[in-house]
Amino acid sequence: MSPVLEITDLSIALPAGADRPLAVSDMTLTLNAGEILCVVGESGSGKSMTANALMGLLPGGVTVGGGTALFHGQDVLQLPETARQQLRGSRIAMIFQEPMTALNPLMRIGDQIAEVFAAHNKFTPAERRQKALDLIQEVGLPDPKKIIRAYPFQLSGGQRQRAMIAMALALEPEVLIADEPTTALDVTTQAQILQLILDLRSRRGMAVMFITHDFGVVAEIADQVIVMRQGQVVERGAAAVVLTHPQHDYTKRLLAAIPSGALPDAREIAPVPVLELRNLNKVFRTGGGLFRTAREVRAVDNISLSVARGEVLGLVGESGSGKSTLGRSVVRLVTPDSGQVLVDGVDLAALTEEELRHQRDKVQMVFQDPYASLNPRHRILRALIDGPIAMGKSKSDATTRAHELLEIVGLGAEAASRFPHEFSGGQRQRIGIARALAMEPDLIVADEAVSALDVSIQAQVLDLLRDLRARMGLSILFITHDLRVAAQLCDRIAVMQTGQLVEIGPVQQVFLTPQHPYTKQLLAAVPGADWQQAHDLRSGT
Amino acid sequence: MAALTQVFGRLLKAVLTLLAIAVLNFFLVHAAPGDPAVVLAGEAGAADEQMIAQLRARFGLDQPFHVQLWTYVSNVLTLDLGYSFRQGAPVLDLILDRLPATLLLTLSAFVISLTFGIALGVAASARVGKVSDSILTTFALLFYATPLYWAALMAVLVFSVQLGWLPGFGYETVGADYSGLARVLDILKHLILPAATLGLFFMAVYMRMTRASMLEVSQMDFVRTAKAKGLSGPVIRRRHILRNAILPVVTLAGLQAGQLIGGAVLTETVFAWPGIGRLMFESLAARDYNTILGVFLVSAAMVIFFNILTDVIYRLVDPRIGART
Amino acid sequence: MIRRFSKHKGAMIGVLILAIVVALAVFAPLLYPRGPWAMVQRPFLQPMAMEGFLLGTDTLGRDVAAGLVHGARVSLLVGLVSTLVALLIGVPLGALAGFYGAWVDEGAMRFTEFFQTIPNFALAIVLVAILEPSLTSITLAIAIVSWPPVARLVRAEVMAVKSREYVDAARLSGLSNRRILIEQVLPNTVSPIIVLASLMVATAILLESSLSFLGLGDPNIMSWGYMIGAARTVIRSAWWLSFFPGVAIVLTVLALNLIGEGLNDALNPHLSRKGHA
Repeated sequence: MSPVLEITDLSIALPAGADRPLAVSDMTLTLNAGEILCVVGESGSGKSMTANALMGLLPGGVTVGGGTALFHGQDVLQLPETARQQLRGSRIAMIFQEPMTALNPLMRIGDQIAEVFAAHNKFTPAERRQKALDLIQEVGLPDPKKIIRAYPFQLSGGQRQRAMIAMALALEPEVLIADEPTTALDVTTQAQILQLILDLRSRRGMAVMFITHDFGVVAEIADQVIVMRQGQVVERGAAAVVLTHPQHDYTKRLLAAIPSGALPDAREIAPVPVLELRNLNKVFRTGGGLFRTAREVRAVDNISLSVARGEVLGLVGESGSGKSTLGRSVVRLVTPDSGQVLVDGVDLAALTEEELRHQRDKVQMVFQDPYASLNPRHRILRALIDGPIAMGKSKSDATTRAHELLEIVGLGAEAASRFPHEFSGGQRQRIGIARALAMEPDLIVADEAVSALDVSIQAQVLDLLRDLRARMGLSILFITHDLRVAAQLCDRIAVMQTGQLVEIGPVQQVFLTPQHPYTKQLLAAVPGADWQQAHDLRSGT
Repeated sequence: MAALTQVFGRLLKAVLTLLAIAVLNFFLVHAAPGDPAVVLAGEAGAADEQMIAQLRARFGLDQPFHVQLWTYVSNVLTLDLGYSFRQGAPVLDLILDRLPATLLLTLSAFVISLTFGIALGVAASARVGKVSDSILTTFALLFYATPLYWAALMAVLVFSVQLGWLPGFGYETVGADYSGLARVLDILKHLILPAATLGLFFMAVYMRMTRASMLEVSQMDFVRTAKAKGLSGPVIRRRHILRNAILPVVTLAGLQAGQLIGGAVLTETVFAWPGIGRLMFESLAARDYNTILGVFLVSAAMVIFFNILTDVIYRLVDPRIGART
Repeated sequence: MIRRFSKHKGAMIGVLILAIVVALAVFAPLLYPRGPWAMVQRPFLQPMAMEGFLLGTDTLGRDVAAGLVHGARVSLLVGLVSTLVALLIGVPLGALAGFYGAWVDEGAMRFTEFFQTIPNFALAIVLVAILEPSLTSITLAIAIVSWPPVARLVRAEVMAVKSREYVDAARLSGLSNRRILIEQVLPNTVSPIIVLASLMVATAILLESSLSFLGLGDPNIMSWGYMIGAARTVIRSAWWLSFFPGVAIVLTVLALNLIGEGLNDALNPHLSRKGHA
């Protein structure tokens, strides 16, 4: 195979005052025609910067410090801007992470595709339109005639990403750079887009530089892998080798931190329900007005289930499945339209605002966004004692308990006097857990509590939850979109789709012998599922 | 169908707003110190006892409060804005007589300020950090801090008194009796200073807004996409950034129509421009409340008209609005 | 935060100008103890024509400089008080609308929209004319036409903060709505309100001067707008009578705008409109 792109000793300098002087240092890689190279790393590893440097899209203040990037023997980093502009979109194309914002909201999809041809002075307008239609067809978008006239807001996230790919493919580039193109998508959509990229690679023989944080995705599509950490390459090699025989400690840690598909042994749990949902319903109406009929979304559609004392019930589903609304109904941040939420025999759904305030210690929640879940103006202690005091605890008791809990979650009592901004994302999630525990709840609802964290931090927080479950006999309703995470922690799994509960059962049963077609589809879409099983068999778990 | 109900809804809202202003007017008359009849008649000396009694009967001022309110509002709804005893003419006639001059002035100022504001904002944003950008933003900051009427006076002083380039007074040359094209040119010459000084402040507003909006949009993901497609800088700016950046400016311009019309009172006063703003100023001195309230109502109606206008522009530019319903 | 503000060149110029204006206003009785109305020299004295009358005299022989210094008091006072009153109307209204949503929001926003549709300067004229010109009626009129942007801003901020997870957490802690609004939500909306308030003082000063220019000022108090209005008819012969008060207004308003921009950049660094090249 011939190298299309050869990067040698590339370094990228950050502006003064950044947390480190170089975003990327001494990066070397070779990309061959027809090959998919995955650049893997956690946030801040410099993986995206490399791609942006190649494209000449570095953000303000960030500059190339040195090194070469030979594209067909020509150093693209040294090219004048006009020459680079001609290269972009025609011979090297790029797609991005956020399909929702990566398209111009005021321009029709067809025009945005045709614009690529116009930018490079190719074809007549009529030909451009025909080419755009062909491309839309090729990336598997339905009804090309309609799509070409559609605006981005009329398309789903997956469809927009397909449109982005169509644009990138327009001039048959030799290199496609894909920067986390599936991270913002649901798992089934992600599987489709990955398949599309694989197909296009084999059909067109282009080289793909695929940037991701997810080893599952790597296992799914990579030929070659480069692992980056803090701007440096720590490991490289063929995907099969790196995934099975990692050399560097960091790679090993990353791979170990990935929630393995290994299922925990079934635990004996006495069937004493701490939470019982009976025929719960919640419908959202939007856009209703004097002259308009409202649009209805049945977010929770007649759901009944229960969580036993000491049990962790995983609630999984894709975005829009209604899992978050269900979780928020359980803590009554959302008031259900009908049905019962029985916690310890009390129907939370039926309480008045005032009664509810005195029963708030029954259920607590751990939130998704570590940066939004703590008031930036309050010290940690305040977050931990406000609730217990409102429930009638004395301030000194609450403070003592807060200090104990901070020890328990691994932060140390002195964290109490500090402000949220002094903590990292993972640490804040620990504080969030301590805050929930401070209320001594019967049940904790964890809403995507580890989804915003890097995989190594995610593993630590999951360890903490497992530890707390064992020590305190916690009952948890664990809401997640990530089946691999759910498999690690949960005793039973409930699967939701468009507001309905499609399957519920012990984790072994749902994963190994799924009954509902949607559950099967979800399991099949998990990236790297096959590799994962092999990996687990090998490591003997 | 959806568009039709929207237009209907918009008109209904406009009528309701005008109705509410009529009610507000009514309460203002009653909030004024003294007898409402005297207030409506204008300066005490302008109306004799008999006239006051007539007024009292006509507005039902001896009737219960809610009946008075109903009488007043229904008068307004039938476009009866009362009678100006000072000027000896119905208020509506006075206003209609002066309205074209005000419309000409405000619309010209609106177009001038929006065109130059956006153009200069775009120019400044394309030269961010350079000297020309600093000069433009400094001037915008200065104009933004300059009282309209003072800018008008200074313009008269410089361009009319000192340089003698342009007339600083009136709507057309008195006694010249131009007709046809000559008259149009004459009016245009008289229009330049008032429209420019009225537009100056708003030009500064729109320029600052456009510049900020352009810079904000240029940081957005889809601009990066456009760059990745290999588009050139000018094409990206024109086709991708400008259209998106202009939307908030148009919204703002619509919201500021009220200020533009308020500003016309000052400009017309300085330039003796025979519009409704000047009418309001004259009525202030004469304490002719009926006329003041009438002008107030009509100016509110003009704002509503400007709002609908910008709404239409917005709909033309943003495809998401119409389709959302 | 303070360091970021003090590094803002424009803001520092603004602070300097404003400090001078405030000092002149405070020490006005000491600088010109005879007050702004005293006729001290012959009328139409040109600027710098006579020692002690740097800015000349007006149509009645009153010292223009005395008028400017005393006028500064009115401008600053009206600007400050009317902004405070506008905040007192706008903040609670916007906070309640944003926090409680539903019909409270609907009602409050219709009300606000109505006031935003009315041409605000025309409303101010009508209010002052009908209530009789006085310092109180002018301040009140300016406040009444200035609060809608406050209400809208506070509403938007409250709605944004309300959807943060820490507010949900506070709710789950059993805190009352009132406590959540006052302790958790409002403190996090303060920065943009401060920025808006500093710009509102500037706008209020412009409004006050415009009203006085039209002859709607308090007849007992000297103000910059009144000086320009009174000199309007003699602009051809005595330019300085309208020129200097205008410069005073421009400088004061400019200073406040610069401070507002500096505050904005310092308090909301992520919203900074500077942009990168």
